Amino acid sequence: MEPLLLSRYTATSALGRGLTPQREALEQGISGLTPNDFDDAALDTRIGRVAGLENIALPPALADCDCRNNRLALLGLEQDGFLAAAQAAVARYGASRVAVILGTSTSGIFDTELAYRRRDPHSGALPADFNYRGSHSIFGVAGFVRRAIGAGGPAWVVSTACSSSAKVFAAAVRLIHSGLADAAVVGGVDSLCLTTLYGFNSLELVGPAPCRPYDAERSGISIGEAAAFVLLERPREVAGVDEVSILLTGYGESSDAHHMSAPHPQGLGAQLAMNEALGRAGRTAREIDYINLHGTGTPANDAAEGRAVAACFGVESPPAANSTKGATGHTLGAAGALEAVFCALALEHGFIPASPGTRTVDATIPLRYVIKARRADLRHVLSNSLGFGGSNCSLVFSRREARS
Amino acid sequence: MNAVSITGCGLLGPGFDDWHSAQALLRGDAEWAHAPTRILAPELLPPAERRRIGAVVKLALDVGVQAARAANADTRTLATVFASSSGDGANCHAICAMLAGADRLLSPTRFHNSVNNASAGYWGIATGAQATSTIVSAHDGSFAAGLVEATTLAVSLTQPVLLVAYDHPYPEPLAATRPLTDAFAVALVLEPAPTAEAGHPRLTLTGFTARPADRAPGALEALRVGNPAARSLPLLAALATRQTGAVALDYLDDLRLNLTVEAGA
Repeated sequence: MEPLLLSRYTATSALGRGLTPQREALEQGISGLTPNDFDDAALDTRIGRVAGLENIALPPALADCDCRNNRLALLGLEQDGFLAAAQAAVARYGASRVAVILGTSTSGIFDTELAYRRRDPHSGALPADFNYRGSHSIFGVAGFVRRAIGAGGPAWVVSTACSSSAKVFAAAVRLIHSGLADAAVVGGVDSLCLTTLYGFNSLELVGPAPCRPYDAERSGISIGEAAAFVLLERPREVAGVDEVSILLTGYGESSDAHHMSAPHPQGLGAQLAMNEALGRAGRTAREIDYINLHGTGTPANDAAEGRAVAACFGVESPPAANSTKGATGHTLGAAGALEAVFCALALEHGFIPASPGTRTVDATIPLRYVIKARRADLRHVLSNSLGFGGSNCSLVFSRREARS
Repeated sequence: MNAVSITGCGLLGPGFDDWHSAQALLRGDAEWAHAPTRILAPELLPPAERRRIGAVVKLALDVGVQAARAANADTRTLATVFASSSGDGANCHAICAMLAGADRLLSPTRFHNSVNNASAGYWGIATGAQATSTIVSAHDGSFAAGLVEATTLAVSLTQPVLLVAYDHPYPEPLAATRPLTDAFAVALVLEPAPTAEAGHPRLTLTGFTARPADRAPGALEALRVGNPAARSLPLLAALATRQTGAVALDYLDDLRLNLTVEAGA
């Protein structure tokens, strides 16, 4: 496929605000996971919480969108000059030519959970300050970001659980290549809430220990929250291309058609997504230098994904691979975009991120799993996002040197 | 570019159970009489899965089956795009009510049904389709967003895509904050124009406009503005009346989706 340029990107997670703390933590093996102190959730688990969201105020013009998820979205937009870059794209292309396609799994549900505690004791009505459209609506976060940026093009939210904000990249490619947009703000925003904490607990998928992706003793996920944004444009449209460009060169999407909350044991759907992404990128398995695995740290996910990667990449000389969820937790609907940004950082700065939490790699999974960060000249990397409902997406990102 | 043939339709709403019965209403050949939407359990799913699903997933699967059958499409290979403003409101309400209390032991089924792609997941389990599947939401413009995603997906894959748009009213207290009238769902099988057999109506996305959206015929206009999935009605009316021309569909506050429809043979 014709690649798209990541002309600006940013991420905010439990590792900190913006790219600098993400990169430092990924290079140094630092984890942002802490003992659960979210609201009154009495669950013995670790979480990847973004500090300070309680103190963020939305601008008055956007106050009708106030909720934890949109505070996190705003905090994310304000890092690394992303908001200004997106507004510059709106000025350059015209508002109606800039799309906003975001992934989330729960949007502003935490504020709905809180509002349910304040229902009228007689009528059961929600409090008057409850705002469905700005906060609860699954589209809420994309509507908010679209207004904050001043974009006027097509917009929607993709909500396919944990693959949501990987699939937004594929949707943006289709929109731009079809001529319906010139640029797209894509990304993912998902924030902590009781629904996911208690829900994953009901499935016995959250462990008390920090998540240990691909570890022999892995026992479950740690839930995190994050906002990650990428501005995608055609490479030729950007004046003064930087010395190094990070490109989206391939994507693949598939379905397991197997089970609502368990992966296909052989990872057949994941294999389809990875092979399709490699095909679109015009790359062979041997040309991939690093795989950012979905690697949630549940026994079933890591075993199935590991088999799928081994089937696609072989066991003789597979690429280096690991999961960064030990650093950030599983940020659910934001994970695809967050890990896309991690791939871009790895390509730009030439390193393989660390996998904190993982101590002894599961010997039954035939991968070249890397625990400690190291320098590496990366050309092409692949990122996996595999979600509930059997929704899979793989993305390929590539580094291109200046055309000098 | 961005042109597809519509090879199958499915429809379910208040007072009509399928595309065939709805066409007479859309042509004005019959008077629309409001009746509660009849949502049936889909035969498609194995009994164990059928017991786990709520009305919203049934609504989506029903029209999906209708459209796939009409198009004679192979559901095992069909890519799917689901579009919904609200997802499963009854399930969401039950979870929020439980989390507001002291006993927070959600059932695993209730939690996995809370993912917005539950319809897509159950469709995959029922059909065995491993092709791509997605769900998009854009508030009142969710149908238009789904149509853009499904059309561009069909063109990029050069394969047919099933679009399923559905919205079901919330229970109280959410219903008071987001009133939706009547459950409504529509499904279209979209085939890239060059590969579809001749004779089917053809749809081309021509871009976006600020001009007002077209209205639904007669009394159906109340349904169009009352349910995001029913924002599709002007397109469905054009198909039912075998009209050729431009159609503007509601999308976002400042944006309408423009398309042209060419009647089939």
